[in-house]
Formats: sequence, structure tokens, C-alpha cells
Amino acid sequence: MVKMMTTRINGIAASPGIAIAKAYRLQHDTYVPTTSKIEDASAETARFRQAVEAAKQELEAIRVMTEQKMGAAKAEIFEAHLLLLEDPDLIDAIIENIENESTNAEYALNEVAGGFIDMLLSMDNELLRARASDVRDVSGRLMSQLRGVSYAAVSAINEPCILFAEDLTPSDTAQLNLDYVLGFVTEIGSRTSHSAIMARSLEIPAIVGAGAAAADIETGTMVIMDAVAGLVLVDPTAAELEVFHASKAAFDARRSELRKLVDQPSLSRDGHRVELAANIGSVEDLQKVLANGAEGIGLFRTEFLYMGRSALPSEEEQFQVYKHVLERMNNKPVVIRTLDIGGDKELPYMKMPAESNPFLGLRAVRLCLDRPDLFRTQLRALLRASAFGNLKIMFPMIAVAEELRKAKALLQEEKEKLLQEGVQVSETIEVGIMIEIPAAALAADSLAKEADFFSIGTNDLIQYTMAADRMNENVAYLYQPCHPSILRLIRMVIQAAAKEGKWVGMCGEMAGDETAIPILLGLGLHEFSMSASSILPARALMKGLSREEWAAYTEQILSMSSQESIHTFVKEKTRSE
Amino acid sequence: MVSQTFTVLNPSGFHARPTKVFVQAASAFPCKVNVTKGGKKVNGKSSLSMLTLGIQQNEEVLLEVDGEQEEQALKELGELLTKIFEE
Repeated sequence: MVKMMTTRINGIAASPGIAIAKAYRLQHDTYVPTTSKIEDASAETARFRQAVEAAKQELEAIRVMTEQKMGAAKAEIFEAHLLLLEDPDLIDAIIENIENESTNAEYALNEVAGGFIDMLLSMDNELLRARASDVRDVSGRLMSQLRGVSYAAVSAINEPCILFAEDLTPSDTAQLNLDYVLGFVTEIGSRTSHSAIMARSLEIPAIVGAGAAAADIETGTMVIMDAVAGLVLVDPTAAELEVFHASKAAFDARRSELRKLVDQPSLSRDGHRVELAANIGSVEDLQKVLANGAEGIGLFRTEFLYMGRSALPSEEEQFQVYKHVLERMNNKPVVIRTLDIGGDKELPYMKMPAESNPFLGLRAVRLCLDRPDLFRTQLRALLRASAFGNLKIMFPMIAVAEELRKAKALLQEEKEKLLQEGVQVSETIEVGIMIEIPAAALAADSLAKEADFFSIGTNDLIQYTMAADRMNENVAYLYQPCHPSILRLIRMVIQAAAKEGKWVGMCGEMAGDETAIPILLGLGLHEFSMSASSILPARALMKGLSREEWAAYTEQILSMSSQESIHTFVKEKTRSE
Repeated sequence: MVSQTFTVLNPSGFHARPTKVFVQAASAFPCKVNVTKGGKKVNGKSSLSMLTLGIQQNEEVLLEVDGEQEEQALKELGELLTKIFEE
């Protein structure tokens, strides 16, 4: 018989990887209890309490197992589940229901838990909707106890498979035997579902939200799951199998190569050390920063503290956030940029006058110097936090030295006040500036005498150098990080800093760009700050590059006339390395 | 009874982990603990009900404690409402 075309199902790639195996369908108990009048309410209540106790023991065992297998943080979900089994609004409400209505425990459980599940599912916050699966998991476990049947069967899997289910509960995910379960596909869910988060931390391929089409796949069917593209191939052809076996091998090899680099220093082939740091916009990003082996934070944007609220954040609020980040980074350098508001970022509660050209207007440090009250609050919070780690303070949008002097004077005043109040402040805080205005780049030699470091903000530097609004698609072609004009400015900044013995970082998108990295290494950039997910690929790239060779190419590169010819040159050289 | 309004600072709001820590702490106190957001008042010792408030970063909540050790409870639970939790 001629084989029909392979069925392809699309879903959300929730955890990258490729798996090839037979499907295994996990069927959750879909028992719906019917109501029945009971004679002895106190006996029924006792039966229910017994089920609760038994469920607690099961969960405690899963919690301990998870803690041993995956660490305390991942086991925490089961503490939350145990807490649900003690929740007065759940457990007491069920008991009340049994007593007042003389109804059976199964029915009362279904009613009360169902009410909470519906309520959570109706919320407009995805994280809270995901909590409905916790309630479903716990009430399902209770229901199985009441009925005397065993709950879920993931632990029974004993041959290699790709798991298919409508959804996976936290306890399913925790009990997956990774010797056999090579990946999983669910019909519902999103990238932030609990199962998706767990899959990423277990580093197994996962596709979620594959929809009803995935429900037809039966146990024993051969499938390929490509969780890079979010694609499931059902009953693949021999040719498809061959292609995906090859891409699986390539993916796995690349991943294990990158994983080896997490704790490694960032070294070029000829042993030159650079710092690969991460850009963060909120405390939520820290987990990824640490998991990807960042050697520091090269840019902490503090705007999130000020946005989406009705009044300015207090000194104490800011202090808590800065302290938290410094402590989590455990003495690795953390560059915190003072408020960069204005331009395209507005704060309604500050009632800033409308400007006809906000990108050239009262933004960032200009605004802070105009509103010293607001600036002083942030500086005090930063100074207080400095005692808890390796803090570096950075002022954005400095155009002329006078602005840096004013900002530093305010910082010094607040520092002295704090010391008088007996507050501990670090003695070794470096104070640097962003280089994002061409004027600052051109005068970098004199600025380098007064700043402890520079960080080149390429997004703005390119926009101001090219006089091209980066939001305007019609002039998007002028966003050219590797144009000789930009590279010459960068070289000027690095050379000026070197004369004064100062270091230079870069915190724009360019720092993580694989075409730009070899050039920047050759120019002598010290710190590259990028999104966390770019760090390991950048470290792998760095290992293959010779600092000396790229330094020797500099003159040739900077004398080229277009970004295109520079790109071609870099590609040719990196290919041959 | 004592009460105070707090602004929640945790970036991802008050979902699983913060709720767990808060409810465990609240349950350890003998006094009644109520939390109100946007006119909806719930039992601060129930993690389910706390979750249904859907508290997000920068939102204000009213903490009310009534009974034995209420001053201590207000202080400790208030600190948890404004705490930043590791994710």
C-alpha cells in the first residue's frame, strides 16, 4: 500500500529539542461523581478526612522525591499542593457541604474544587489561570483516594516514548522517568504553563498547545517532535526520519557543547579574556542570567520600577530591588543605569510637558538633573544597596562633561548624608556613563578622565549618528551597527578609555551580534552585555577567535566603505577559522 | 483590629510562591487575617482565595488583622506583601 502523506501538527515550542519515538497517551481519570444522599454525615466527613490525610502522604513522598531529583526550588510546587490540602476555604467548605447537604464526599469535592477551578480559569492573568491545574491535580488525587483507585500513571511508563496528554499536571511532570520519556506534547497550555517551565528546567523537548489534532494520536504511533519549530510529524516517512535523526544529533551536540561553557571564563582562542554580561529589565530575568553563565550584569534598566504605576517608587522600594539583584549576583559586577525616561518612555504621573522631538528632548539624565528630588531618591537607594554586592552606577545620555559632574556631585552629597546617618556605603563604587550621543563619543578622551568606565549604547548611538528614528520603518535601512562610521566612533571611545586605564563595555543589541563580536574583540572591547540567551553562543564563538588576528584586521575593516563589505569580510574570515 | 494598605512589589505579582509563603505565615498566627483588593475581601489563611484576588505588581491591598498578636501579624505579613521573591 502506498503511504499517505505524513500528518503534521503545529504547537507552541515550549522547551527546545528534537525527539523521535513511539507515542504514549496519558489518560487522566475523567470521573464525574453523581450526587447521592448519605445517612451518616459524620462517617462521610471522617472518610473525607482520611482521604485528605492519605493524599498528603502521597504528596509528601512526591515532594521528597522531587527535591532529591530536581532540587528544593522545583519541589516547592508540592508544598503549595500540601497547603491546598489544608486550605480552610477548600477543605472546610467541602466538609460543610457534606454536613449541611448530606451529600457524598465525591460530589462535594467536585462542586467546591470545580468552583475554584472555574474562578481561576476566568482570571485575565495567565499565571493565575495556570494555577487552576494545581487545584485540578490536588482534587483529582483526592478523588482517586475517595474512590480507591490509583492516581495517574506516568510512573508506569517503562519504554522510550513521547508522552501525549491533554495537559500534564505538576505531579505528572515531577514523576516523569527521563530514561523513558524523551519529550512531551500537550493539547493545551502556553510557554508559561507549569509543565513548560519544568520541561525547560529538565531540558527535555516539549510542545504545548498542540490542539485537538494531537488528541487523535494513539499509543504506539511513531512520531517525530521538533520542539525547536513546534512541529509534530505523525507516522513519518523513512526520508523524514533520516533528516530528523541528523538534526537531532546536531542539536544535541550543540547543546552539550554550550552547556560545558556555563562555568567557563570567556576567552578568545589566543587566551584574551573578555566579560560576557547580561542586560536585564527586571528581577524576573535573573534566573536566566544565572543559568546562562553571565559574568555580570552589564545593564540593569531601572525603568520598570517607575512604569505601570500611579506614583514614583519610594527609596525603600528601590533599595529592596537593587539589593536583591546585587545579592543574587553574588559579587559579580552589576551595572545599574539610573532612570532613562523620556523619549519613547513616558510616565503619566510625572506630567512631563509634550515635546515636539522627545528623542532630542528632556530625557534620561537631563530629566534627572532637572528633577533632582527624584534623582536623589534613586541615588540614595543605589548607595544603600552598594553594601550588598559589586555595584557600578551608570548615567545615561551624557552629552557633555558638565552633566557628569553635576550627577556625580549629587551622588557625592547623598553619599555623605548617608555616611553621617551611619548607613553603610561601599567605598569602591565605580561611576560610569553610557556613550550613546555622538558628542560624547567624540569627546571620549576628556570624559574618560572623569568617568570610571564607558558603556556604549549602540541602539541610540546608531540612531543619533545616522539621524534615523529607529521606530520608523521607512528609514530602518539606516540601522547599520557595522557601518564604518559607527565602528570608527567605537574605536575612538575604546582608545580614549585605554589612555586613561578605563574599561569599555557595550550594552546595545550589537554586543550579542555574531557578526559584530569579532570586530569588537579586535577593537579591544572589554565587556559585552547582551540578552542572557545570547551569552553561551557568544562564548562559544569567542573561543574560536584570535584577538591578535582581529586586531590586525581593524585598519582594513575600518577603511571599507559599507556595512555590506564589512559583513562579507567577517563572514569569510570566521568561516576559515 | 489593625489594618494597613500595602503596595505589592513582586514583579510577577502575588501568585504561587508569594501566596504560599504568605499563607503559611498567616496560618501561624492565632488572629484573623483578611486581605482586600478592589472591594473583594478574602481569608488570608486560604491560598486559593488569595490567588483569586489576582494581585499584580504595584497593586494596593488592604491587610486587616483582628485578635491575638495582631500587631506582630500586621508587621510580619505586611513585610511579605512588599517582599520581592526569587523565582
